Amino acid sequence: MNILPHLPILIIALPLLGAFILPLLNRINKKVPGIFSVLILGASLFFTILVAIKVMTVGPQVYVFGAQSTGFTLPSGLKFPIRIIFEIDAMSIFMGLITAMVSFLGAVYSLTFIQKEEGLDKYYALLLLLTVGMFGMELTGDIFNFFVFLEIASIASVALISFQALYKGEPAEAGFKYMVVSSISALIVLFAVGIFYGQYDVLNLAALARLIKYSQLDKIALGLMVPVLAMKAGAVPMHMWTPDAYSEAPAPITMILVAASQASLYALFRVTFTLYNIQLNTLTVGWVIIIFGLLSMFIGVTMAIIQKDIKRLMAYHAISQTGYMLLGVGVGLAVLADPVALQKYGITAMEGGIFHIMNHAMYKGLLFLTAGALFYRTGTRDLNHMGGLAHSMKYTTIFFIIGAAAIAGLPPFNGFASKLLIYESVYRFNPILSIIAMVVSILTLASFVKVFHSAFLGPKLPRYKEVKEVPTSMVFAMAVLSGIIIFFGLFPDVIIKNLVHPAAMSLIEQVKYSATILGGM
Amino acid sequence: MSPMSKIVRTITKFVYSIIIIFGFYIIVHGHLTPGGGFQGGAVTASAFALLLVSYGSLASKKFVKKDFLSFLESSGLTLFIALAFLGLGTTFFYNLLANSGGWFGNVSSVGINPGDMNTGGVVPLMNMAVGLEVLSGLGVILLVMAGAMEFTKKKENL
Repeated sequence: MNILPHLPILIIALPLLGAFILPLLNRINKKVPGIFSVLILGASLFFTILVAIKVMTVGPQVYVFGAQSTGFTLPSGLKFPIRIIFEIDAMSIFMGLITAMVSFLGAVYSLTFIQKEEGLDKYYALLLLLTVGMFGMELTGDIFNFFVFLEIASIASVALISFQALYKGEPAEAGFKYMVVSSISALIVLFAVGIFYGQYDVLNLAALARLIKYSQLDKIALGLMVPVLAMKAGAVPMHMWTPDAYSEAPAPITMILVAASQASLYALFRVTFTLYNIQLNTLTVGWVIIIFGLLSMFIGVTMAIIQKDIKRLMAYHAISQTGYMLLGVGVGLAVLADPVALQKYGITAMEGGIFHIMNHAMYKGLLFLTAGALFYRTGTRDLNHMGGLAHSMKYTTIFFIIGAAAIAGLPPFNGFASKLLIYESVYRFNPILSIIAMVVSILTLASFVKVFHSAFLGPKLPRYKEVKEVPTSMVFAMAVLSGIIIFFGLFPDVIIKNLVHPAAMSLIEQVKYSATILGGM
Repeated sequence: MSPMSKIVRTITKFVYSIIIIFGFYIIVHGHLTPGGGFQGGAVTASAFALLLVSYGSLASKKFVKKDFLSFLESSGLTLFIALAFLGLGTTFFYNLLANSGGWFGNVSSVGINPGDMNTGGVVPLMNMAVGLEVLSGLGVILLVMAGAMEFTKKKENL
């Protein structure tokens, strides 16, 4: 059997198989689930990289479920696809790479971080399911299928956020909050999907993109989808779930949750760019997204400065950084209908925003992991109770410095590369936006200096005399992320040319997306 | 939960098996009639709910074991995904038993007909897997919720 054409599906089929077999394996040996899920996610990461290489060299990949062959999109005589189709273009696989990397490292980190808890088979099964949900949202080319995977990811993350709810009340509260938010948003997405299906009788994104008329109903559907997906991504007026969920979940899960909210962000871009494209009133919708971004940036960072809980502080920073992505891509959307402006600065702004997605997943993941490492050794998340930890946790300190410098946008780390792209291009669109973005960046630096000072500097505290470096698996996960951050910071042009630019172009070129499945230009 | 009166318990004895058989009927005929794995599984699980209500949670734990149900749940799911993997020679989820003449392999007739059980390929098998998963999954949920009720009652009495 030739496995190569089936690589796109194996990315999500393997974690799905793993999630279902795990509870059975757990009956044989209690130690199996962790190692087994690391292996599965490692294989999934490997397949994702293979598919990414194929997408970059050959072009978008298509996988049709249950058809006579993998590329058989149009059954005989039909003008529209009827089966579930995975369409993997540069943007999808860009997000897929983030998901694969983050979930693999999350599983590695969990090996020791979560060791002492009970019900580990369920933890790992849910982790695999969450990964499946995220992959599905990013790779699918079918809008109903997107809703299904959104639900899978939401339910798995709710259970994982409240994983430690047995002894404490807060995780249960955070989980409940996220459950309410995600079920509301999933239902509204379903309602919008219903509007599309009622009008055009197709659910395939490519076919919808070709048929869509931007009627009154389509406007309603857009109005439903944009705020709801922004809510799942944690943009400001709808950010109330983010600090709770991010701070109460176990640290590796928080890292994966960041990637999960970015999957919703991806869906927001997919809907606006691929589905509607220039039929939209791009200037208005672009400005709506830019304003979401501005609010998220500013309110996120100002809320972060006053926090005392290290993970809550980082959660507010996650909101703030989401603002940069919304700003960059929003500017791209605002000038989408104007070819001159698009060429001049629109594409650069989108590249900045999209590159920031990957950078954010890496450095924010690293920062959450260091926060988890501090919690693992000290048992507290309160910054006022920490201090002098640089004496005993040397690696963690270095990793924290790298993460903090990257999030503040200092060269030579990856945050600088994407932020510079955003500043430069957004300045040509509207200088004030760019200045606000820079101010936010400075405030970010200020608040991370505060964290560094109160957690790591100072004399060695007597109550942390016993504290030592965290176990190898946790150091490994953090080291890999730091390596990626430094690599991206030193060679941003390699990544932008090979991954980010094709991703931005695949969002802009709606016609190409449809033609991959339906044929014809 | 405490057990209910003798009338309810006696009726439960009669109805219990009938509900389970009806649930299995819906599961097995999933590819021909309305309903399928999920619906049939939910009907079957409602028999567990009846058992819990009428006999109380302590007594019903002798009949339905949580551990066994969660084993069934994972095996149902594994069976489902394994069937999907079987098609991987052509594509994922490919229906390789349909129209093959073997198991569930008859060619289904077009138009009004009484319905042939022996059609559908892997669809009926997947229905059974889903049915197994749903009946055991809902069963576990019901048992856990009944257990949680006992737990809170004990706390109140203290």
